[in-house]
Amino acid sequence: MGEFKVRKTIDEINEKIRRGEAVVVTAEEMVKIVKEVGPEEAAREVDVVTTGTFSPMCSSGAFINFGHTVPTIKAYRVWLNGVPAYAGLAAVDIYLGATEPVEDDPLNKVFPGEFRYGGGHVIHDLVAGKKVYLKAVAYGTHCYPRKEYEAEITLKDLPYAVLCNPRNAYQNYNCAINLSDKTIYTYMGILRPKAANANYATAGQLSPLLKDPYLKTIGIGTRIFLGGAKGYVIWAGTQHNMKVKRTEKGAPLTPGATLMVIGNLKEMDPRWIVGTSHLGYGCSLAVGLGIPIPILNEEVAMYAGLGDEDLFTQVVDYAYDYPNGIKRNYGIVSYAELKSGKIKVLDKEVPTVPISSYVRAKEIAEILKDWIKKGEMLLTEPVAPIPGADLFPFRSSG
Amino acid sequence: MFKKGLVLRFPAEIVDQPIVWRLVKDFDLSFNILKATILPGKEGIMVMELSGHPKNVSKGLQYLRDLGVEVKTVGQEIKRNEDLCIHCGACTAVCPTGALSVDRETMQVVFDPDRCSACELCVTACVVRAMEVRLEREAL
Repeated sequence: MGEFKVRKTIDEINEKIRRGEAVVVTAEEMVKIVKEVGPEEAAREVDVVTTGTFSPMCSSGAFINFGHTVPTIKAYRVWLNGVPAYAGLAAVDIYLGATEPVEDDPLNKVFPGEFRYGGGHVIHDLVAGKKVYLKAVAYGTHCYPRKEYEAEITLKDLPYAVLCNPRNAYQNYNCAINLSDKTIYTYMGILRPKAANANYATAGQLSPLLKDPYLKTIGIGTRIFLGGAKGYVIWAGTQHNMKVKRTEKGAPLTPGATLMVIGNLKEMDPRWIVGTSHLGYGCSLAVGLGIPIPILNEEVAMYAGLGDEDLFTQVVDYAYDYPNGIKRNYGIVSYAELKSGKIKVLDKEVPTVPISSYVRAKEIAEILKDWIKKGEMLLTEPVAPIPGADLFPFRSSG
Repeated sequence: MFKKGLVLRFPAEIVDQPIVWRLVKDFDLSFNILKATILPGKEGIMVMELSGHPKNVSKGLQYLRDLGVEVKTVGQEIKRNEDLCIHCGACTAVCPTGALSVDRETMQVVFDPDRCSACELCVTACVVRAMEVRLEREAL
């Protein structure tokens, strides 16, 4: 690691955090610092950069054990507030997926469906301390004779409940337009015809994986902010892809890396775990997630200092191209342009619409900064890199 | 759920018919009667909220008009539930008047009720259902 002028280790940074001397800034502040003094000086000054994102994230859900009943039951089908959970795990273990609609939902039969209640809403209700109605049916065995069980449960009463999201924190995402002549209803929001609006879904310069684009500090075991509590990165997320087109500075131009994350549902806050309903598409869960980036050297500082004008995404048609798997884009735009309120597509000015909350992303980065400054959260050394990534050495200073 | 506040005026010759029942049965609508003066053989007036799928509501209203019922809408307003709004911006995709917009400095979603035409497009576009329809009570 001789090529770096600044070299820090996690141990050194943690020692500074314990002494209350660590310099912690948000990703937004880091952009300004790197612009003013350059990455080398920024790496000397700053120890930790905090990031954040708050957005509907499909591929989220919770593992729940609802406790053994007397007489015992081996649950075969389970519903929470009428939302089916997956019960094919063990006697009273279930997985509740965020996008599962309530059993009698009219779905898209009268189009566009509203999807007012689903797994994400149940998870939110649990975290908010509300009573949730559980129903289980079984076929009965010698060891588990009971065939039916109904109860009102609360998160507090559950023996075990963890949020375990197979794919969160997408590193970059498409900017969606609709080139057809009818309004379409997508997971990217409502897209009016003839490219009347362009929706985008990333917090740009605050977004965790855009600030460590090669995952050189974020790995398996990294402690993060998840749903208002401390959670962990446990693996790459589904659809994780490191081999994507990048800018000269390393920022991906398309959806890239993803993370699988876990955290104790019982410690979470309903402000950061919110059920969502997407017209004509389905239900989901908005998840608050933030990752601290240890500024180990000037290269990490350079990446963490990438601003909205350095981060780009592609404009994709969701009326024809996306559903038909056609890999085509209608231009590359920067997050600075997207945040300005309009972009140029096909020689036309198109208003932009964020569907990820920048305001809440910033709040998460601030909370994380506060936790670290107060010594309530120390940084972690990953136990292994995310598949396809190479971590910087964390212990060795030389 | 689409909701409309209505003032209905029934001509004397049809007040004996179970009209509201037909709205429920044939058009899958739900209702909330706020005020009603209907007497046999006389013109009747009813103030009600009618809710259901937008297509069904408009079919129901057409049914009423075909019967000779005079249909007027009560003024309604859109309110934002500040506790629920997450300031994402999704609603700005559909707002036709610019009442919902993004403050480019803070990236907060700003709601200006004075510019709102109460078209209700934001109600279902909002993923956390923070936009709520309320009848202007003084109009009743």
